[in-house]
Amino acid sequence: MTTSEINRIIIIGAGQAGAETAQRLRQGGFKGDITLIGEEPCAPYQRPPLSKKYLLGELPLERLLLRPASHYAEEHIVFQSPVKAVWIDRANKRVRIEGGRELPYDALVLATGARPRKLSLVGADLEGVHTFRTAADADAIRPRFVPGAKLIVIGAGYIGLEVAAVGRQLGLDVTVVETAVRPLARVTSPEVAGFFLDEHTRQGVRFVLGGQPAVIKGTDRVTGVALIDGGELPADLVIAGIGVNPDTALAEQCGLKVENGILTDAECRTSDPNIFAIGDVASRPMLHYGNRIARLESVHNAVEGAKIVAATILGQKQAVEAPWFWSDQYDLKLQIAGLFQGYDHVAFRGVMADRSFAAFYYKDGKLIAVDAVNRPAEYLGAKMLIQTGRSLPPEVITDESRPMKELVASAR
Amino acid sequence: MPKITYIENNGKEHVVDAPVGQSVMEAAVKHAVPGIDADCGGACACATCHVYVDPAWTAKTGEAGSMEQSMLDFANDVEANSRLSCQIKITDALDGLVVRLPKSQH
Ligand SMILES: Cc1cc2nc3c(=O)[nH]c(=O)nc-3n(C[C@H](O)[C@H](O)[C@H](O)COP(=O)(O)OP(=O)(O)OC[C@H]3O[C@@H](n4cnc5c(N)ncnc54)[C@H](O)[C@@H]3O)c2cc1C
Ligand code: FES
Repeated sequence: MTTSEINRIIIIGAGQAGAETAQRLRQGGFKGDITLIGEEPCAPYQRPPLSKKYLLGELPLERLLLRPASHYAEEHIVFQSPVKAVWIDRANKRVRIEGGRELPYDALVLATGARPRKLSLVGADLEGVHTFRTAADADAIRPRFVPGAKLIVIGAGYIGLEVAAVGRQLGLDVTVVETAVRPLARVTSPEVAGFFLDEHTRQGVRFVLGGQPAVIKGTDRVTGVALIDGGELPADLVIAGIGVNPDTALAEQCGLKVENGILTDAECRTSDPNIFAIGDVASRPMLHYGNRIARLESVHNAVEGAKIVAATILGQKQAVEAPWFWSDQYDLKLQIAGLFQGYDHVAFRGVMADRSFAAFYYKDGKLIAVDAVNRPAEYLGAKMLIQTGRSLPPEVITDESRPMKELVASAR
Repeated sequence: MPKITYIENNGKEHVVDAPVGQSVMEAAVKHAVPGIDADCGGACACATCHVYVDPAWTAKTGEAGSMEQSMLDFANDVEANSRLSCQIKITDALDGLVVRLPKSQH
């Protein structure tokens, strides 16, 4: 497939990855047909504010939209919504949508994202038990976010903790139940996890760590959560933040290679050269980590996938950034660069008591990631180092007498 | 509604209606002004919404906050009038604002 043979592009999934792909293709001068198929009932929007300012009531949905709804027609992007793609015929290069219509493609982009895991417990279908992924989820929850309401968050990942923080800010009674012995167990070090545990505790969040929910109680509506150890917590509202599964249904149906997401190469091409996969649904080689295959769930990854696919189709090259992510809880801004998995040493710049510090993660003496709390210079500085394959020894990077910028400039 | 003029690095001008209360970044993105990536959507996490505020307007837009300034320190081609456009809130006083865009956001 050479670039000039591509006249019809279909993008399945109108989340950030899918919508950005359409936009980047047009911005880059692609003149052919672009069809963007999304099953959600509104124009593509950003998810991060859902568990932050949107839930707090500080931002209307309109301001979450990536582009105004009218933008797609103006850019001659055929945006089909709410429409579900139901079948891919790779041999004839066609996509079937609900209702039976078949659309031909020269290149297909799978940006189907991920679905939140549901609690597999008795009572999980009761009213008042929610997952948290879409604007519709947030809208269902918001009316229940009233002072004094008893909220139980199951799962202490970033989304769970953000929801807990908003809950406290709005005066809810918040308990977080987490099966691991500490929050954020999969995504950060014990030290940084401990910091967030302390912050939330100080803000009045109760934690049940090592807690195993057994049953969700209630007759029509949820009234509580029973734990395996026999305890029971009363609840008006239960939000499960226990992770997501990549939505690989279509990829599996049409026989693409799937291994923890749709497997792609560095150009986001799947095992079928005419099909790309990007965003939460895809795993790809990580340039800055020895091309280890990883599936990231982040805005950075969604946008970068879109940029890579657009560049590839337009016959250009796209520079790859070091992975980045952020999380807002109370007045804390956590900014993360790199991938910390496999670290063997952590070094701190600043102290946690000041609520402003950075944790630098090392592997075999090389900087691989940073968690920066209210420390943007440390975040961007470390990101730049990782991106350019440079490092600084722990004793140098933690020297607060030297500004981060100067340190980064001195690194090789 | 206030109007903001964005001038691309190649000189192309975009005059945009900018709702009060939104950010200078949002108004640009909603009108697909090229040259502002704003990957993080205004969370002050990406530094890809860098603009140069026209010198006639710097007094009205005010100065970068400390978080923003630290991010700017690592952007390319930073000048005294550099700002992250997601951190400039549109007010009636900014009607007529002119900002210029850098060569690249990376
Ligand atoms: C509450 C919340 C907070 C977050 N906060 C942050 C944050 O602070 N920072 C950060 O970097 N990341 C954050 N993330 C993660 C980030 O939002 C995701 O990584 C990103 O949105 C993934 O985009 P995507 O387009 O790959 O997938 P999605 O956003 O999941 O979009 C996929 C879309 O495809 C649709 N779809 C699936 N199958 C079909 C089909 N067959 N036909 C039609 N449509 C289909 C889905 O309905 C969905 O709309 C957050 C996520 C959530 C849920
Ligand atoms: S939009 Fe990301 S920092 Fe301004």
